[in-house]
Amino acid sequence: MNPKTTVTVTTEPGGGNPTRFSSGRLHLGDRLLKSITWLSAASIIIITIWIAWQLFVFSAPSRHKFGWHFLLTKTWNPVSEHFGALPFIYGTIVTSVFALVIAIPLGVGAAIFLVEMAPRKVSGFLAFLIELLAAVPSVIYGLLGIFLLIPILRSAVVPALKHTLGFLPIFKGPFYGVSVFSAGIVLAIMIVPFIVSVTREVLLAVPREQREASLALGATHWETVWKVAIPIARRGIFGAGFLALARALGETMAVTMVIGNDPTIRASLFSPGYSIAAAIANEFTEAIGRMYIGALIELGLVLFGVTFIINGVARLLIFSTGGNGYES
Amino acid sequence: MFKALRNGLLASIAAALVCTGMATTVNALTLTGAGSTFDNPIFTKWFYVYQQQHPNVQINYQSIGSGGGIEQITQGTVDFGASDGPMTNGQIKRFEKKRGCYILHLPVVIGGEVPIFNIPGVKTSLKFTGKVLANIYLGKITHWNNPEITRLNPGVNLPDADIVVVHRADGSGTTYCFTNYLSVVSPQWAKQVGYATSVNWPVGLGGKGSEGVTGIVQQTPDSIGYDELNYAIVNHITYGYVADKDGKFLHANLATVTKDAAKKAKHMPKDFRVSIVNASGPDCYPISTFSWMLVPTVWHDAAKEKAMVKFLHWMLTKGQKMNASLYYAPLPKNVREMELNAIKRIHVAQ
Repeated sequence: MNPKTTVTVTTEPGGGNPTRFSSGRLHLGDRLLKSITWLSAASIIIITIWIAWQLFVFSAPSRHKFGWHFLLTKTWNPVSEHFGALPFIYGTIVTSVFALVIAIPLGVGAAIFLVEMAPRKVSGFLAFLIELLAAVPSVIYGLLGIFLLIPILRSAVVPALKHTLGFLPIFKGPFYGVSVFSAGIVLAIMIVPFIVSVTREVLLAVPREQREASLALGATHWETVWKVAIPIARRGIFGAGFLALARALGETMAVTMVIGNDPTIRASLFSPGYSIAAAIANEFTEAIGRMYIGALIELGLVLFGVTFIINGVARLLIFSTGGNGYES
Repeated sequence: MFKALRNGLLASIAAALVCTGMATTVNALTLTGAGSTFDNPIFTKWFYVYQQQHPNVQINYQSIGSGGGIEQITQGTVDFGASDGPMTNGQIKRFEKKRGCYILHLPVVIGGEVPIFNIPGVKTSLKFTGKVLANIYLGKITHWNNPEITRLNPGVNLPDADIVVVHRADGSGTTYCFTNYLSVVSPQWAKQVGYATSVNWPVGLGGKGSEGVTGIVQQTPDSIGYDELNYAIVNHITYGYVADKDGKFLHANLATVTKDAAKKAKHMPKDFRVSIVNASGPDCYPISTFSWMLVPTVWHDAAKEKAMVKFLHWMLTKGQKMNASLYYAPLPKNVREMELNAIKRIHVAQ
């Protein structure tokens, strides 16, 4: 019970877990630390539940009128007050998934280069630049999307895609510039820094011994990266994907500027669409009447649900593909 | 040293007290308002100039949107609201029930909407009628070389290209005015779509804000959109002619917009809640609207009431002369006179 024992135990090599104490041995400082950190942790949960509850309460008019049909209806008509969220849900998911499909290979590739290939000085500088990208306000990305990216897409990328993959339904139809496709690419550019940043940290945390052992067994540099470092870091890389996905699902300004804001569901990525966050941002300020405002708040609730479900599914996916990455 | 400091302090407090004594009713008075973003530029100018001339009154305005303005004035969290669309009967009932008084709709400026377009090779300004605009926005006219358009524009070589329709995505008074006009000129539009600050568009792409619509139109070949007149003038955007009620083509400018308002004002209802689209008469530009300031008739703070009435008087007389510098059409004389009469109804609670 005396303090000396505690110290010896925690510093002993390989002995016990120094980060967990039994509450019986707490000193005042420890107790204070425990309550403060406990409060911090609890506040996150409280805020989340409180937001969800408020969204639930204020969306009452729309929830009562439309029920579950709200999720499956395609009409959004503020004049006749008929509201359905399906086109917005569709647009949100499609743009985010499309952005991830582009951003994950790009981001992980960049991180591998930074950690495994680039000279240390170059790596540090590039990582700094990438983190700088994450600090650019999203309205700037939106403007760059309209005035820089869309002309390039229109003149080069889209014609090429139509020429080669034009038989796919997702690349059919006219391209007006603002579209799900443009929104997905702008989102991808916005979330790449998150993926690179987190993946780089995770790869740097892979123990040096693991790499050395692999190389000693005769593996090439590439095999060491692909078969040793990446599997060990896999969980962290998935984590990077979550962070990026959460950002993409909730991104508002940049998306609304390039997506076309048309609440219809079409197979082609070249057609305009709409996302949940964009609809709320666009219509909330001028929305009049309890039903209209209720429907917009219910959209917020739906976004909450969509994020929750997608994150849950992604987490299940990780567990089903081999549990804790560090042990594989 | 402390003594000197204390004396100085006392002196300044005394001076402040004297000042308050001299202007007990309006000293350090702040009026707050909230609402329309369309009015924000002219409000900012008015409130700034007014404060220069009347240093003891400060007016704060938050451009949170018309819906928010109506909500806040109903709740009584601001002294006045501003809206691009008039309050509905239901909203007025709610206001009266909550606040126990009447709400004045005071037209402050007039806005006009103009069609903008981008057709490669076409440099001249196109002509539109309300029916053609409605059919384009309904998706019934899909090509630029449709006879309905070419007939209005002889000599212009219009391409056989799909029309890319662009509208505002965010809720706005601009959309309210534009769809209100389409509802008046096209029975099908009125039935199928209707009018509001944001509607269920049959076709088209949505841009965020005037800059969003303009950006998409300028970036997309063969597109059409609509903008506020002052936005189009300030940014040197070419805009089309629109036929008035008698079929004469008008190029919108501040004079034609004011003329339209003056014409309609002859049949102005007492509460000023009137749509001025498509007035008949020479040089009346058809797509225009009032923007209203929402002021309760009964005030509980005598000082604030006095300051508000004084400001409204100033706004309707001297303030209107500043409109043109920001490309808002000034209110016609007859409307201003009616409003000066209406603000006499504002009084302090007994």
